Amino acid sequence: MTLALIGQAALNGFLFGGVYSLMAVGLSLIFGVMRVINIAHGDMMVWGSYLAFVLALRLGLDPFVSFVLCAAAIFCMGVVVQRALVNRVLNAPHEMQILLMLGVALVLENLALVVFGPDTRRTESAYGLATVWLGPIFVDVARLITFGLALALSCALYLFLFRSDLGKLIRAAADNGYGALVIGADVERIYTVAFGIGAACVGAAGALMSALLPFSPATGFAQTVTSFNIVIIGGMGSLLGAFLGGLLVAVAESLGAVLLVPSLKELVGFVLLVLILLFRPQGLFGGKTT
Amino acid sequence: MLLALLVLLALPQFLGSYLLTVFIFIFFYAYLGQAWNLLGGYGGQISLGHAAFVGIGAYTSTYLAMTYQLSPWIGMLIGGAAAACLGAVIGYLGFRFGLRGFYFILLTVAFGEICRLVVSHVDALGGALGLFITFSGDPWQFQFSDNRYYYYVALGLMLISMGIAALIERSRMGAYLAAIREDEDASEALGVNAFGTKLAAIVLSAFLTGVGGTFYANYLFSLQPNTAFGIPLSVEIILRPIVGGSGTLMGPVLGSFILSPLAEVSRTYFARGGLSGVHLIVYGSLLIAVVLFFPRGAYPYLRGVFRRLPRRGAPPPFRHLPPGVARAKPAPERPRDP
Amino acid sequence: MSLLEVRALSKRFGGLQAVSDLSLSMAEGEVLGLIGPNGAGKTTAFSLFSGFLAPDSGEIEFRGRSLVGLRPHQICHLGLTRTFQIVRPFPHLSVLENVRVGAFARTASSQTAAARARQVLHEVGLEAKADVPAGELTLAERKRLELARALATEPVLLLLDEVMAGLSAAETERIVELIRGINARGVSLLLIEHVMRAVMNLSHRIAVLNYGQLIAEGTPAQVANDPRVIEAYLGEEYAGTAPG
Repeated sequence: MTLALIGQAALNGFLFGGVYSLMAVGLSLIFGVMRVINIAHGDMMVWGSYLAFVLALRLGLDPFVSFVLCAAAIFCMGVVVQRALVNRVLNAPHEMQILLMLGVALVLENLALVVFGPDTRRTESAYGLATVWLGPIFVDVARLITFGLALALSCALYLFLFRSDLGKLIRAAADNGYGALVIGADVERIYTVAFGIGAACVGAAGALMSALLPFSPATGFAQTVTSFNIVIIGGMGSLLGAFLGGLLVAVAESLGAVLLVPSLKELVGFVLLVLILLFRPQGLFGGKTT
Repeated sequence: MLLALLVLLALPQFLGSYLLTVFIFIFFYAYLGQAWNLLGGYGGQISLGHAAFVGIGAYTSTYLAMTYQLSPWIGMLIGGAAAACLGAVIGYLGFRFGLRGFYFILLTVAFGEICRLVVSHVDALGGALGLFITFSGDPWQFQFSDNRYYYYVALGLMLISMGIAALIERSRMGAYLAAIREDEDASEALGVNAFGTKLAAIVLSAFLTGVGGTFYANYLFSLQPNTAFGIPLSVEIILRPIVGGSGTLMGPVLGSFILSPLAEVSRTYFARGGLSGVHLIVYGSLLIAVVLFFPRGAYPYLRGVFRRLPRRGAPPPFRHLPPGVARAKPAPERPRDP
Repeated sequence: MSLLEVRALSKRFGGLQAVSDLSLSMAEGEVLGLIGPNGAGKTTAFSLFSGFLAPDSGEIEFRGRSLVGLRPHQICHLGLTRTFQIVRPFPHLSVLENVRVGAFARTASSQTAAARARQVLHEVGLEAKADVPAGELTLAERKRLELARALATEPVLLLLDEVMAGLSAAETERIVELIRGINARGVSLLLIEHVMRAVMNLSHRIAVLNYGQLIAEGTPAQVANDPRVIEAYLGEEYAGTAPG
């Protein structure tokens, strides 16, 4: 167990973490704005992955290019889900929302199963096997690009939320939905946009991840759980927490796979989740916005 | 009611083996659903990890039968007790730390997955491949050569669970669970030991589910950690009471009579090739439909249609407010200082 | 032995000292009125007495037994029951079922509890609405329900938090009569109230809180004429409303 190996694992994890962060930020945005717990998050992501896969297969589009299209497509999916379903249960007890999203998750996952079949896939990318050597450590070019893109997208989202008018409205609605109504904001539209953006994030993450990690309809649920793990560790409703949490969890998973039996790394994740739920449910960057 | 019971008792005389199997699944999932209902419906604490109790019950009785030749009829109770212990742990941790709603659901999911992963790695329990039970047809080993016996056992289980639920509904525990569901703090002020009552609910629910695990093992003759402990089984369990009406006596039963045949039909008609997920799409759509249009479930809706009585049982209807107004707190509420 | 003995009770929330060094005592059969401006710490005191909050320091003794560290349901079983300032009925349960929850504190039998609940409903005048979901009641009815539920637990000491707030004059009269009847049966009462005439008429003694501290204590007449109280809360016009 050399230092180089550990360093390698950490770096790999860190770079991969960009996608985790993107995924978690999307979830956190949806929760932060609407207090909706999107259990279908991972399954939306899988659809993003499949879209990237199909685009690569049929049109030869590299996922590092097509992710924009995937993001847009999943944005639309998010808008449809929000308008048709989520909107109606905004004021329902939480359990009802959870069950609704569970239903959506079931439908999305099994629709993917029916359409694409159960086999695991992986998107072809021109950069798939390229590596760059940094001394004793090698950097996976695909991961590097993924990290860069994920970072860029997160920054873009940050700028949007904090500099643009619509973004400020979204943050206002997140802070105080009633107040936003009072000042005449079209809260319904804001919610739709926010949900759509959250979905777009996860769609992009799915597209980017599809080149790095094999996926199948069944991986959707695992990704949902991972997203929630990250968001809870980072703090529900905190975008920064989600971003940093993604990096943290990815590094932890990567190190865990190297230091422990690989198949037990999932176990570590769940034990960590239980501990956080019990002792620090508000996450590391805590503060639930009221 | 009595008429329905007589019909059900007489049915095996007239039905072929395939249809008997359908009914067995209806009764069995109604039983599991009713056990879940005690905690999730009457108690209002939704759990997505109940498969863990099935798995523990199943593995316990099977292991004891395989290693010590202990009759599963006894192993069933031990399995139930083991599941009850896990239930007590989850309940203690969850309720003591004030986890509610989504956070409690996550806790149950986490424990379910932890059980699944741990069992997958224990070779004595067959590891990831699971355990295979040899068929002997010996009634003492909870195996019957004739499907009809399974039918009656399953029916019996369902009736027992309904009896227990009915008893609880009418008892102090039932009244306390309803009060806790409505307003936990206000109920505490009236002498309700919320923590103790919820703990009792989860322990009982876990015990009954664990007992069901033995039936599961001895009807399917194989146990794999991924199916016995997995989320899909947990989803199957909660669907019946939710579609049929959580918090009501007939809910899980009605839900099972709706869902199991539906699943069978979609499986039969779409089973060719890789379309095995269609029944789950149906499940998902039903879940969505129920949440949007029949939030209390089919049974209360039908009862309301036929007699205009004040409707009771969880969950409460949507409050019609403009979007974004008046939300319930999503963060867990910590217990007060004492 | 006094019924309720509170000594040097204090509670702080962050920067706010909600209750400061509060000491008071109640005798059996007494009606003690707790008054003071909004934010004076009255409801906090109730929460401390009934176990919903833990004191930072001080002692609470009920019938000779310390209540500190006990949970609300345990305190209820000992004989001290509280109501809430903003009523909290169980909206989807019927009125009878609501009260029955309280009755179950004294019996495990559903029959007995239901019978006791009906008795209490009769006493507060809600028996006609026994099968109505509590969520459909008017405010006045909800207040009576809140009272009924608490009564069903057969308390020795009943803590009523602004049970008359928001009621019309006629409704207030009814509740006053109800409370008088309850007290006549031997139940001791600790009332938080803003409706001055009522609390002055009902109470044997009054305690006045301001900024978490006890600033006056005595008979209604004494308190009404206490310059500190008048200054803090009542205003000169009320100086003469106390009987006797």
